[in-house]
Amino acid sequence: MPIPLLSLVLLTPLAGMLVLLFLPSGNKRLIRLWANIAGFLGFLASVPLVLQFDKTLPGFQFTEDLNWIPFLGVRYTLGLDGISLLLVMLTTVMSFLSILCSWSAVEDRLKSYYAMLLLLETGMVGVFLALDFFLFYVFWEVVLVPMYFLIGVWGGPRKLYAAIKFFLYTLTGSVLMLVAMLVLYFAHHAQFGVYTFNIQELLRTAMPIATQQWVFWLLFIGFAIKVPMFPFHTWLPDAHTEAPTAGSVLLAAILLKMGTYGFLRFSLPLLPDASGSLVIVRALVTLSLIGILYGALVSLVQKDWKKLVAYSSVSHLGFCTLGIFALNPNGIAGSVIQQINHGISTGMLFLIVGVIYERRHTREIGEYGGLAHVMPKFATVFAIAMLSSAGLPMLNGFVGEFTILQGAFESNPLWAAVAVIGVILGAAYLLWLFQRTMLGQITNVKNLGLPDLNLREIAIFVPLIAWALWIGIYPKPYFDVLEKPVAQIVERVRPGYYQGMPAEKPVEAAQR
Amino acid sequence: MSEFYTSLDHFAILPALLMGLFGCAIFLFDLWLFPSAREKRYLAWFVIVAEVFVAVALFRQFAYLKSAGVSSVAAFKGLLSIDGFSIFFNFMFLVAALLAAMVSYRYLEEERENHGEYYALLLMAQCGMFFLASATELVSLFIGVELMTITFYVLVGFLARDKRSNEAAIKYFILGSFSSAFLAYGFSLLYGLTGSTHLTEITVALASRPLDEPLLVIAIITTTVGVLFKLAAAPFHMWAPDVYEGAPTPVTAYLAVGSKAAAIAMLLRLFEGPLASSREVWEPMIALVAIVTITVGNLGALSQHNIKRMLAYSAIAHAGYMLLGLVAGNDTGIKGVVIYAFVYTFMNFGAFLVLIGLRQRDASGETMEELHGLMRRNGPASVMMLVFLVSLAGIPPTAGFIAKYFIFLALIETGHYWLALIGVLYVAVAIYYYFRVVRAMFLESPSGTMNLIPSLGLRLAIVGAGVGTIGLGLFAEPFLRLAGMSILR
Repeated sequence: MPIPLLSLVLLTPLAGMLVLLFLPSGNKRLIRLWANIAGFLGFLASVPLVLQFDKTLPGFQFTEDLNWIPFLGVRYTLGLDGISLLLVMLTTVMSFLSILCSWSAVEDRLKSYYAMLLLLETGMVGVFLALDFFLFYVFWEVVLVPMYFLIGVWGGPRKLYAAIKFFLYTLTGSVLMLVAMLVLYFAHHAQFGVYTFNIQELLRTAMPIATQQWVFWLLFIGFAIKVPMFPFHTWLPDAHTEAPTAGSVLLAAILLKMGTYGFLRFSLPLLPDASGSLVIVRALVTLSLIGILYGALVSLVQKDWKKLVAYSSVSHLGFCTLGIFALNPNGIAGSVIQQINHGISTGMLFLIVGVIYERRHTREIGEYGGLAHVMPKFATVFAIAMLSSAGLPMLNGFVGEFTILQGAFESNPLWAAVAVIGVILGAAYLLWLFQRTMLGQITNVKNLGLPDLNLREIAIFVPLIAWALWIGIYPKPYFDVLEKPVAQIVERVRPGYYQGMPAEKPVEAAQR
Repeated sequence: MSEFYTSLDHFAILPALLMGLFGCAIFLFDLWLFPSAREKRYLAWFVIVAEVFVAVALFRQFAYLKSAGVSSVAAFKGLLSIDGFSIFFNFMFLVAALLAAMVSYRYLEEERENHGEYYALLLMAQCGMFFLASATELVSLFIGVELMTITFYVLVGFLARDKRSNEAAIKYFILGSFSSAFLAYGFSLLYGLTGSTHLTEITVALASRPLDEPLLVIAIITTTVGVLFKLAAAPFHMWAPDVYEGAPTPVTAYLAVGSKAAAIAMLLRLFEGPLASSREVWEPMIALVAIVTITVGNLGALSQHNIKRMLAYSAIAHAGYMLLGLVAGNDTGIKGVVIYAFVYTFMNFGAFLVLIGLRQRDASGETMEELHGLMRRNGPASVMMLVFLVSLAGIPPTAGFIAKYFIFLALIETGHYWLALIGVLYVAVAIYYYFRVVRAMFLESPSGTMNLIPSLGLRLAIVGAGVGTIGLGLFAEPFLRLAGMSILR
């Protein structure tokens, strides 16, 4: 029997958490050390996935399939394709780094804190690995509880409000998703006489377009709240701002991707006719474009460093959903790469805010200025993170945004034109933030004696910077990995796209 | 044995006999063997031993059904029935009574009301519940209702020196007798219409009657009102918050869990039996009641400050979800109701258990403030409370999710999309008030010195309820199969 690699990745953090619970509460050093080891083991467990992944194969790899609740047709089915491979790797890396970054940031109730981080990791990995809709739903909900506590216990001043808001928003979306899931389940049974939640089986279900459309909207609310798309984004600034650094990093880098992943894994393949229909494409693209511009404009006026980064996520995720609903290979591949990029860049930006917050305990941009003089290493790291987020060529952000714009242009040049404004605004708020905090003379005496990055902090940023450079300079492996799964999605939503047919735009097709 | 009391009759009624006998034994030994207040706690053992015997009796019934290969056996010429349904529900009552007995002694000592008859009454109430789940005849059903509720009137008012407890008992008594009258009226009409009190015969007689007959409609409505009162479904829920708040907490838990499950059992016996043919008449009515119940329960719970009161409102909402399963009405829906009632036994009792542990002479342990920062003082208890609350809210991987899931599954299967949507959206509302408790325990800083005083019984009970709540969620399969065997068709 081959080693169940995926279960290993899934359960390593959970096992780490269980061991953690039995460590003596008083020994903080031991707890920290073990949590970091467990986080690193979680990452190590995922490395074989990269090494053994065969990008030439379509479909899912490393699949595992066990009976869970046969009474309901629920199975423990895991599998990995190019899209989930990238997201799982992002999860294990960011989880480890966010555990590492908490070394000195958290003192209070240490054991519970790390336990929550590890539990969260299992939940997130599970979301990306599950091929059974029911299992997916379970992991989707499992993620909520630890994040609630991370925000609510270790968060900032308005943590109580932010925590419950986050919980209520996501839960509302996910219960609607549950209804959609059950409709699919019965539609499948009506056609094939089998009760199953397996995504590959559900793919075969044919449904009338009207049913597809309202199921799509139910799923949409669930995913759009998570992404978050405008106008469902209002939980995000609160949650991101109030969460502790590790929480913000994981929220931005991973949790938001659960929404876009949901679109790619469920909405598009399972409801192809609805996803390609004029009304839905127009609505989703419009919301994405509004999100891009709105997020960027609101970022421009923020006085709070962390809130600025939070709102920038709304803008960046707008690009991701725009790419998805361009419904062509460039758009979708670009979207996935941009999701990874956003995880790296925004993860770094939140880590940077965390570093400075640990030293000064304020996030007011006005409190800072000229930090480059006292913290040169910090300023360098920030510059790289900022430029990668703004989409400077040779860094990762450029690759993603460019591909998405290419895809959007192919579908409708106007979309690309509007989205480009978002790129410009993005550069504006990021550069301005950098200028206000790092450049010029030191305006506040409190900032004079700030220590620069220490070795541990540098160790957190180095892998992320390396990763950003890799994607920026040589993105080919990423596109290779994505080619098959993306082609499958496109083929599903727009049959015949690859047969040398002139790419017929969904909009035009529907207008005739 | 004569033809009036055959060995099969004995076999069928044995669990109830055991409860009655042990109950009487407690009444006797209370004065004779354990005269001092300090010794009353040993009487809890009688309940535990009784439950072991009852469990064996129930298990033998189950084994008998399996070996005989039949789904039900009638006893007492059709007054009682042994079937998967009765065994499953009786097991629920057993769990509830057992948990109540295990955790009551310390609570009653704190309240200085440790009297022996309390334990006897627990068994008597269970005996009433037995008839609600097993009787297949109107008079026996009614006797079951009365035995259960009259016992509960006493139990609710057990804290003789506590005004709230007295008020609760009076309220429950007046409204309870009122509802019993409705039920009796409905039963008498059913008898008048069909000439029989046996459910099977009524079923046959009603099946051929036109549905627009006014008497039939009145019979259905009065019977339904009577049952809904016992179930605390809106608009007949008004008694619940006051009674739940005033009663001693172990009794509250027993009432919330046991009497609700018993009412559900009676509801299914009637609506899946005699009234099944008149579904057209009552389905819209029950659907409306279910939605109003969920609404009233959830919105009422939002603003509660007293946690017992909040749980009372949440119990109302849960009753609404169970009714939705009946509205769906297919196999999945009925299974859903049974599963819901079973899961609810563990998770709701569990939540009350933690409150029972917090009760002290100088502190009620029921308000939000008293729970502030409980995590720092009683970590394990807080975590268990979290599990119960998460399960009550219906978040996977707990049992509460499986229960709600079945209800939604059935609603969508039968095309009740709007009911399903309303039902799921209230899950998000419910999160808000359940997580107010979570917030108090985990996120607020400790204010008082309130501490959980766990007796051994309480510890075991919390662990048991916790194992049930998580276990039924993670390893649902065997339990779902059992529940599948227990539906009435």
